[in-house]
Amino acid sequence: MTTLPPALSDWFAAKGWTLHPHQFDMLAKANDPATLLIAPTGGGKTLAGFLPTLAELGPNPPAGLHTLYVSPLKALTADIRRNLGTPIEGAGLKIRVEDRTGDTSYIQRRRQRADPPHILLTTPESLALLLSYEDAPRIFAGLQRVIIDEIHALAESKRGDQLVLQIARLQSLNPHLRRIGLSATVENPPALARFLSPQTTILEADPGPDPDIQMLETEAPPPWSGGGGRYAIPAILNEVTRHKTTLIFHNTRAQAELFFHDLWLANTEDLPIGIHHGSLSREQRERVEQAMTAGALRAVVCTGSLDLGIDWGDVDLVIQVGAPKNVKRLVQRIGRANHRYNAPSKALLVPANRFEVVECQAALDAVHAHTLDGEPRGPGPRDVLCQHILATACAGPFDADQLYAEVITAGPYAHLTRPEFDACLDFTATGGYALKAYDRWQRLKQTYGKWHLRDPRAAALIRQNLGTIIDIETLKVRLRGHGAPLGEVEESFAASLTPGDTFLIGGQIVRYESLREMTVEVSKSPGRDPKVAVFNGTKFATSTLLTDRILQIFQQDSWPDLPAHTAWWLSLQREVSRLPDPHSLLLESFPHDGREHLVIYGFAGRNAQQTLGLLVTKQMEFQGLAPLGFVATDYATLIWGLDPVTDPKPLFDAGTLREGLDQWLSGNSVMKRTFRNTAIIAGLIERSHQGRRKTGRQATFSSDILYDTLRKYDPDHLLLQITREEALRGLIDFSRIEAMLTRVGPNITLIRRPRVTPLAAPLFFEPGRIPVHGEARDRLATAQAQALMEAAGLA
Amino acid sequence: MQHPMHHALFFHGETLHLMPSGALYWPARKTLTVSDLHLGKSERLARRGGALLPPYETQATLEKLDRDLDHTRAETVICLGDSFDDLAAPNGIGESSRLWLTRLMAGKSWTWITGNHDPGPIDLGGTHRAELRLLPFTFRHIAETAETAEISGHYHPKARLAGQSRPCFLADARRLILPAYGAYTGGLRCEDPVLTGLMAKDALAILTGPRVLAIPMPR
Repeated sequence: MTTLPPALSDWFAAKGWTLHPHQFDMLAKANDPATLLIAPTGGGKTLAGFLPTLAELGPNPPAGLHTLYVSPLKALTADIRRNLGTPIEGAGLKIRVEDRTGDTSYIQRRRQRADPPHILLTTPESLALLLSYEDAPRIFAGLQRVIIDEIHALAESKRGDQLVLQIARLQSLNPHLRRIGLSATVENPPALARFLSPQTTILEADPGPDPDIQMLETEAPPPWSGGGGRYAIPAILNEVTRHKTTLIFHNTRAQAELFFHDLWLANTEDLPIGIHHGSLSREQRERVEQAMTAGALRAVVCTGSLDLGIDWGDVDLVIQVGAPKNVKRLVQRIGRANHRYNAPSKALLVPANRFEVVECQAALDAVHAHTLDGEPRGPGPRDVLCQHILATACAGPFDADQLYAEVITAGPYAHLTRPEFDACLDFTATGGYALKAYDRWQRLKQTYGKWHLRDPRAAALIRQNLGTIIDIETLKVRLRGHGAPLGEVEESFAASLTPGDTFLIGGQIVRYESLREMTVEVSKSPGRDPKVAVFNGTKFATSTLLTDRILQIFQQDSWPDLPAHTAWWLSLQREVSRLPDPHSLLLESFPHDGREHLVIYGFAGRNAQQTLGLLVTKQMEFQGLAPLGFVATDYATLIWGLDPVTDPKPLFDAGTLREGLDQWLSGNSVMKRTFRNTAIIAGLIERSHQGRRKTGRQATFSSDILYDTLRKYDPDHLLLQITREEALRGLIDFSRIEAMLTRVGPNITLIRRPRVTPLAAPLFFEPGRIPVHGEARDRLATAQAQALMEAAGLA
Repeated sequence: MQHPMHHALFFHGETLHLMPSGALYWPARKTLTVSDLHLGKSERLARRGGALLPPYETQATLEKLDRDLDHTRAETVICLGDSFDDLAAPNGIGESSRLWLTRLMAGKSWTWITGNHDPGPIDLGGTHRAELRLLPFTFRHIAETAETAEISGHYHPKARLAGQSRPCFLADARRLILPAYGAYTGGLRCEDPVLTGLMAKDALAILTGPRVLAIPMPR
C-alpha cells in the first residue's frame, strides 16, 4: 500500500483528523489503472482522490506535471485549490497546485505552459485548449494521474465525451497514466466505470443517513402556472432566518435573477443574501464564493453552478424552487446541505405552480425510495470527434490509423467503426461533398501519410471554437425610456417578434417596439392578452421516473399527502373529466375563445410532447382540421385550431407518426437548432471570430441556410446524420413517444367537454406557443383578405 | 399537380396574370415578366467577405423560372432589372447556371432591363435596355412618379396579412410594381413612405404565396 508522507500524517493527527475507510482504500488501490469512487457529499471524496498523488509526490517532489484534476465547474477548481492548499501548506509539502480555466489570466496561462505545476486543476474546455498546443507532449510528459471530479455530471454531456477523448490522447503520451473518477450520485456504476476506462475498479463508500426532505408549506397556494416560486418568498425568508446558511436553488438563471430581485424587496431585515450563477462576471462570483466561505452570507440564490462539489462548510438548509425535473439532480442539490459526513442533509421543495406540487411529491417519494433516474446515452457523438480531430491537428501532424486506435479506447467511442471515423476525418478535411467548393472548409491535408492543417494559421480559429457547451443567446428587455431591464429573452424568441406583439415578461404584459443595440425595447401594455409569452422555463424534460410516479399519484382515491388546494384541483378534474392513468392515453377536446382545442396527456416529457404536437398537427392538417398552433409541457400538449378532432385513433398510429417524423425532420426549427449546435461543435461554423463573438442570430442565419442547402444537395452529409441522431435522442425524443404509445396500447380515450377542464387550464398560460403554418393560416388569410376587400367596397 | 391560381388584373385595357411565384404573365403577348432575380447574390457576398451563403440560391431562382416558363409557354421574357447582383455575377454564377440560363433563353425573345445592381450590359444573350416600351406599357426598373401604364420592380414590396409577411405586387390605376423574384431577397413593407407616396390611395396589394390574395394596400 502507498503511504502518506509522514509530515502529512502528522498534520492530520495534529488536526485530529482520521481518514475514512474509503480514503484508505484509495491509497491501497493507488496503482490500479482506473478507480471509480462513489462516496456521499461531505465524505471527503475529493481528498480521497488526491491522497495517492500526495503520497507519490512526497515532501520534495521533482518539477513537472504529476496530476491533472478535471472538474465540470470553474468554481470547483478554485475551491479545490483552497482546500488542497490547507493540508499541503500545513504539512509543509513543496507541492505546487494551480488552476487553469477560462478565467485564468493570459500571463499565468503562458507561464503554466512553460513551467507546469505539480497538480493542475482544470475544466474539459481548458484541457482541450492545452492539448491543442504543439508543446502538449512536453507539458504532459511526466503526467502520472488524472482525477475526474463529479464524473457523472460530465458523463451526461458532450463535455464528457470530449474529455475521455482527451484522456485517450494523454494515455498515448503516457502509457502508465492512472485514472480516478469521483462521484456522489450514480444510478449505474458499471456504465460509469466503463466511461472512465475499460478496466475500472469500483469503490463504494458508506452512503450515510437519509436526507430530511419536505415540501415547503406556504400560506398562499402556488399559482396556476409559471415558474420562479415568487409567491413563496415570505415563507422562504422565514426559513432563511431560522437557519445558519441556506442555498436557494433555481432551475434557470433568469428565474434566479427574478427571484433574487423580489427577495431583496421583501428582505426588510437586510439579511445578507447573495446570488451566484454562470452568467455573472467572475469578480461577482468570486465575491460571493469568498463571502460564503467566510460565513458572511445567510443565503445564496443559485443555479446549477452550485450543484456540484463546492465545500461551503456551514450550509444547513437547501431549498429547491421549482420542480427538480430529475431526481438525480435533486439528490445532488440536497447533498449541498451539511457537508459533515454521517449527518442527514435538510432540504425543502418549493413547487412553482400547481402542477409542480404533484411533481414535487413524486420527487419526494422517489428520494425516499432511493431511486435515481437516468437514461443511458447512445454512442459517442461524432461532432465531438470532428472537433477532437481538428484539435489534434492543431497540436501537430497525426497518423489516421494511430488516432483511430486511440479514439476507440475511449468508452463512448468503443464501437466507432473505421468508416465512421474516416467520414469524420473527411469532413474535417474537406467540409463534405456539398461544401467542397469552399476554401474555408478545406482544412486538413495529407502529406507523406500524415494529416496536418492545410493552413497553420487556421489553428487560432479552431482553438477559439473548442468546447462543446453552446450557450443560448439572450437579449435584455427594457422599457422604452426607462433604464431598468425587465429580464432577458432568448434571441430566437426576440427574432420572432414584430412591432405590436405583446408578451409576458417579469409578470407584466409589454408591447414589442423595436430591437436596439442588442436590447429589446418594449412599452407597457396593460389589460391586453399577451399574444406570445416568454419561454423562460427549464429546458430539461421531466424524467420518465418522475412522470411515471406522477401517473401513480393520480391513481390514488384521495391525496392526504398533497396540500388541500392541489387535492381539490385533482378531485375537480376527476369529477369534470378524468385523470390520466398509466394504461391509456387521455385526450380532451373542448371549444374555447372561438377555437377548437385538443389536449394530449402523454406524460412523455417536454421534448417528446413538443414533437408529438408537431406530428399530430401535421396529421390534423392532412385531415383538413386546420390546426393553428400548439404548446407543450412535460405532461401534456395543447393544440388549437379551426375544427374539432372527433376520431383520434388515426392521429396516434405509431406507423403514421414515424412516417410523419421522417418527412418533418427535414424542415423544422428544432432540427435547425440541433444542426446549429452540431455545426458549431464540429467546426463548420464559428462561435467567435478573432475574439469577436458572433451573435446567436447571425450564427442561426447562416446555419439555417447551410442546413437547407445540405438537406437539398447533400442529404447524407455527415452533419445531417449527426443532427438526425441527436435530435431523435434529445430535443425530439421520439423514443419516448414510442415508449408512451407502447405503454398505452390501443387505449386512447377522447373526452369531449363544453369548456376548458381543470387540468387543461394551466396550459393556457404556458409560454412557448408554436404556430402551425398550413391550411388554417390560408383559410384565415383568405377570409381576412375577403373582409378587407368588402370593407373597401371592392368585392 | 394542379397549377396554383393566378390573380387576373385588368390594367390599361389588357388582362395580366399575377402569378403566385411573383412573375407577371401577359397572355395576349405571351410575355413573362420577372423582377429582381439577384442571381449570384451569395457568390458576391462571399467575394466581398460578407455573410457566407451557400451558392444554391441561383439554382433555386432558376428552378422557379424554369417552372414558370414551362407552365406559361411564354415566348417573350422581360427581366425588369437587378437580374444579377452585380456586373461580375454573370461570370460568377458558375458554368452550370450559365448553361441553364442559356437553355431557358433559347428560342425566346429575351430582354434584360438594367437595374441599379446591374447598370451595364452583361455577357449573356438577349437584348439590353434601360427601358422597354411594349404598348400600352412601359417596362423599367424603378418607377417614375409622372409615368402611367408603367410596370416596374426595384422595391421588393411586402405586405402582412393574418400574421404573415409575403412578397406582393402593388397595383393602382397608373402603375404595377412587381415583387422580387429571387431567393434570399429582403423586402420593403407597404407601409413605407416611399411606397405609400408612390401608390394611389386605392392601390391594391396582391400577395404571392400558396395562393394569390388581393387586399387594399396596407398604409
